Parts: sequence; C-alpha cells; structure tokens
Amino acid sequence: MKAVICAGPSTAGKTTVLRQAARRLIKAGMKPAYLKIDVQYASEDAIFASEFGIPAKKVFSGELCPDHCNVMVFSDAVAWAQECGASVLMLETAGLCLRCSPYVEGALGIAVLEATAGMNLPMKIGPMLTLADAAVITKIDLISQAEREVFRAGVMKAAPGIPVFESNALYGIGIDAVAARITAAPDIQGIDFKMRGSPPVGTCTVCVGRKETGWQKHFGVVRPLDNGIFYRGE
Amino acid sequence: MDIERLKITGGIGKSGQADGVFEVEIKMGDVVSIVGPTGSGKTTLIDDIALFAFDNTPSRRKIFINGERLPPEASGDPARNPVAFITQHTNFLSDLPVFEFLKIHASVRSSADVLSAVEETVNFANQLTGEPLDPHNGMTELSGGQTRALLIADAVVIGNSPIILLDEIENAGIDRGRALELLKNYKKIFVFVTHDPGIALMSDFRIVMKNGTMTKLVHSDRAERAAAEEIRRLDEVVLRLRRLIRDGEKVEAGFLNCLPGARRCGGRP
Repeated sequence: MKAVICAGPSTAGKTTVLRQAARRLIKAGMKPAYLKIDVQYASEDAIFASEFGIPAKKVFSGELCPDHCNVMVFSDAVAWAQECGASVLMLETAGLCLRCSPYVEGALGIAVLEATAGMNLPMKIGPMLTLADAAVITKIDLISQAEREVFRAGVMKAAPGIPVFESNALYGIGIDAVAARITAAPDIQGIDFKMRGSPPVGTCTVCVGRKETGWQKHFGVVRPLDNGIFYRGE
Repeated sequence: MDIERLKITGGIGKSGQADGVFEVEIKMGDVVSIVGPTGSGKTTLIDDIALFAFDNTPSRRKIFINGERLPPEASGDPARNPVAFITQHTNFLSDLPVFEFLKIHASVRSSADVLSAVEETVNFANQLTGEPLDPHNGMTELSGGQTRALLIADAVVIGNSPIILLDEIENAGIDRGRALELLKNYKKIFVFVTHDPGIALMSDFRIVMKNGTMTKLVHSDRAERAAAEEIRRLDEVVLRLRRLIRDGEKVEAGFLNCLPGARRCGGRP
C-alpha cells in the first residue's frame, strides 16, 4: 500500500486536488482510502464516501495540534486502510502551526498552495513546503501568467528540486501529473514510521494553561518583544 | 526554442459539427485575428492554442509547433512555455511593487540584463496607457488599463515569448493602434481575439468563428489595408473625443470634423 499525506493552508484546495487525483487513481485500478484530520470541523469524508464509495474517515485533533495528531494516528490509519483493502491511503491534514512537518518518512508528502495567496506564501509556510516531496499550485486560472511564473519560482526557491505541479483543480487541469506522481510512489514499509524533520522546542507555561500575558509571568521557553527566545525556569 | 510555424488542425464545435476550416498555418511574424460573435468559440480556440491541445480538449483540435507536438516539458514549465496568454480577466493579486515584481520575473526568465529589461518593460507599458504607471507603486494599485498594458509589455519584453495570445485588448482602455504598431516591431506570432475592425483588418489574416467552429479564413488585401487606415483615423477622432471628456471639456455637435487636419475640434479653436 502507498500513503500520501497532503497538507496546505485552509482553502488552498487540498480536498479538490485529492478528489481529482482519486478519480484518476480509481480509473487506473487503484483503491484509495481517505482520512481527513482537522481541528474542529470537517465534512470531506462524506464527500469521498458518497462520490467514490471508498472507505473514508475523519479525525478531529481538538486539543491536540493537528500535525501532532497526524503523527499520533498515522500507524492506526495505515492499519485501518490495510484492513479496508486499500492500495493507497490519502491523508489530508490542516497542518496549521507551520513549525512541524505534517509529513512522515516513507509516505509521499504533497504540499498544496493556492496561487492567489500572495507571492511570499512559499517563504511563510516552512516545513510544510520545504520537507514535501511535491508541491501543487492551485487556482492558476485566477492569476496572470507573469504572476504564475514568479509564484512558481518562489516555491522552487523554498523547496529546491521537488516537482511543482500547476493546476486548476476545479476543472482537473494539471492533475494527471499529480496522479502519476502518486502512482510512482513506493509502497510504505512495515508499521513503524517517523515524522519528517524535528518538532520545535516550544514548551512554555501557556501550553499548560497559564493565561496571564507577559513573559515575566511564564516559565519554560519564553520571549520578550525585542529580544530572542530564551529559557526561563528553575 | 526556435518557432517557425504553428499549425492548428480542425476539430469539432459545440454540438459536434466539424470545423469548416481543417487547417490553419501561422508563420513566425504573422499577426492573426480570431473574429466572430460572442459565444462563437473564439476563446475556446485561443485556449486550445494556449494549452497546446492535442486531441485532449473538448474541441479535439491539435496544435503543432514546427510540424510536431510540443514536448510536455515545455508546456509543463511556464518559464519555458513559448506562449504568453493575456486573458480578459487580469487583476494583479501580487502584493509587490511593480519594479520588484518585474525584477523577479526577469530573473526567473533569465534575462541577460535584468534592470534594462525592467526599464524597457515599463517604457513599453507606458506607451500604451493614458496615465503612466509608476514602477514604485504596488501591482494591485494599477488601474485596469495599466495592468493590461503591463502584462502585454511583460509578455513581449521579459517573457520574450515567441507566441503571444491576446484576448480582447480593445476592452482594456489602452491605445490599441499604438499597441499594434509597437508589437509589430517584435518578430513574433500574435493572435488576437477581437471585435475591433481595426485590429482585424491590420492582421495578416483572420479566422472567422461560428457555433464553435472555424468557418472561414479571410486574408487582408490592399483594399482592406486602406480601409484599416480609415478606421485608424476614426479611432483618432474617438481618442481625441475621449481626451476632451477626460479633461473635463464640453463636446459640441460636429465633432466629426475632428478628423486629423481639421481646423476646429470640439469647440476649440
């Protein structure tokens, strides 16, 4: 079985890219299973289940950070998809905090970016893009060709060497190449997987429920406005 | 990539009827117009060219470059795409100043001399617009006409694309006579979708569309060129009239006497 982890900012078009890809994969004889990880609301699982009749599931990360939730549930998700007889697990995650990588070693990581999101987006989203195996740019029909070229150059600068696919996912334009990249991905091995990249060292007293503002009232990793981060504690 | 000729082979229209024109060959340096009423399939045809359709669009048309299908790597990487397509809906979304944006685009396109390419682009654009654009302004601050002028200039100078497709530039509020004149200094294939008689008659030939199909090719002859010259004079009248109104002047009956050479114009001595 292959595994794909698809991450990207809200409204970038992750679900639309995966839907179009799923249609092509099914046509090519593959059996996808779909898992959506979101913070507090998601309905995409129902879309995949009704449109394609494939196993589909959702998880709310709730109190957990969605990227961490992804790491926590990934092994279970692989087992679930295998039990369903899937040949490719498609996992879509909100990937919100931009510090952790939502990707896992051995699974294909796809970052989805919308072309309309501003020229600096590729520089803003950190490991979600830099540790991906491929990037999909969506909504290319909404910007000029000149801007497309500049946006694409930004993506290639942030994540050198990865393939960049430009798409108008609503109409399925440019998705053939994405489906081909998924088909070419190797199968995942075993049941033990490691998160790609290192999570940030970021534990502070806000994480454990202290609500006062001002770094002086906190412990752990803290920072004032004008100086860097430091550790405050006993 | 050296492009000598572009060929379109016919496909089908909206209700499945075949293109009446089975083959259109466009040579480097040609200016071609696509004409026809709204809904006749002009934009579909220009889209086919932009996508290098090869029996994979609803029209089933095929586009050949130098007699062959364009290799997928050329259409996949926009910086190597030989086509620049200036569509009708062009708002800039970029938050960068014009100057910065053009600098990045020129580097992406590996211009030999980035700064002079940027300068040439801005100068080109400013010859098409009523109000010159300031390169230090943000892209999103440009007017519709300035945006379109900048896109055309960018495609021609920085993009240096050998094939340029323009969808209804007459709607952009830019000086289209001047645009055509400037564009003809560059040896490229220009394909215009147009409702403008001047542009159509100044073209080498025009593709006439109806019901989604290419029905006819009409080559411009000497008589049509002369007619185009008359249209140009008519355009000048309209432009002058527009200038008067823009300047807050009053217009009087008899403004048609504003033809070049006329003594009096719009009530002014």
